Amino acid sequence: MDQKRRQLLHAAGGLGVLGLLATAGLISPAQARAAAARPGFDARELNAALAALGAQDAGASSDLSLTAPDIAEVANAVSVEVKSRLPGTDRIAILVEKNPFPLAAVFSIPEGTQPEVITRLKMAQSADVVALVRANGRFHIARKAVIVTISGCG
Amino acid sequence: MANPMRIRADVRDGVTDVRMQIPHPMESGQRKDDKGAIIPAHFITQLEIRHGERLVFGAEFGPSVSANPFLRFRFKGAAAGDRLVARWVDSRGESRSDEVAIT
Repeated sequence: MDQKRRQLLHAAGGLGVLGLLATAGLISPAQARAAAARPGFDARELNAALAALGAQDAGASSDLSLTAPDIAEVANAVSVEVKSRLPGTDRIAILVEKNPFPLAAVFSIPEGTQPEVITRLKMAQSADVVALVRANGRFHIARKAVIVTISGCG
Repeated sequence: MANPMRIRADVRDGVTDVRMQIPHPMESGQRKDDKGAIIPAHFITQLEIRHGERLVFGAEFGPSVSANPFLRFRFKGAAAGDRLVARWVDSRGESRSDEVAIT
């Protein structure tokens, strides 16, 4: 067994399936560690990501706005804005339904920070962009369909 | 060594508006090079912005965030001349910290 493989095995120890994937070289040990500590980021489907975040029962809310273009011509940097008017908002997540790993980002909004964020995402294909907000322990969700003309993940 | 983050933070009526761009490839692990080999994933996983000791914004990223991530957010409680410190960590364990004065 060469040195690199030994290091991989060592790094992969105790990580279960992720560790096995890392050992097989399918994902890096760093990725396996990161995914293990970061619920939702290793999910390959939207509903699995929502469940991992504890948000499978999230309801739609008119106090949550999600702004994204109808058509994204530059799909490797699609501008997305999420704004919450829900009191007690302390977390905002953005997901892209049909990306290989749908969970794009989770933002922590401490007291004193406004519950809104603008960022840019890659989109593999036309899909819903999903905003998820946690406010006073409850999850709220909004969706917006974005048509992609040229993939941003190729 | 990663390049410095570009951060602008302007305070107006007690609200600091922060716009930042982080030079980083944000490789998703899905792309292939000219020879058809997968380009390994390499992306920022975590970002924190502090005003003094106080965390004012935190982010966890997956590989769907664009290359050279852009962020805009706003927070209260800072004054012109105060310093903001941003720090990221990526999927290889690399990190970088930069600071800026609020104007």
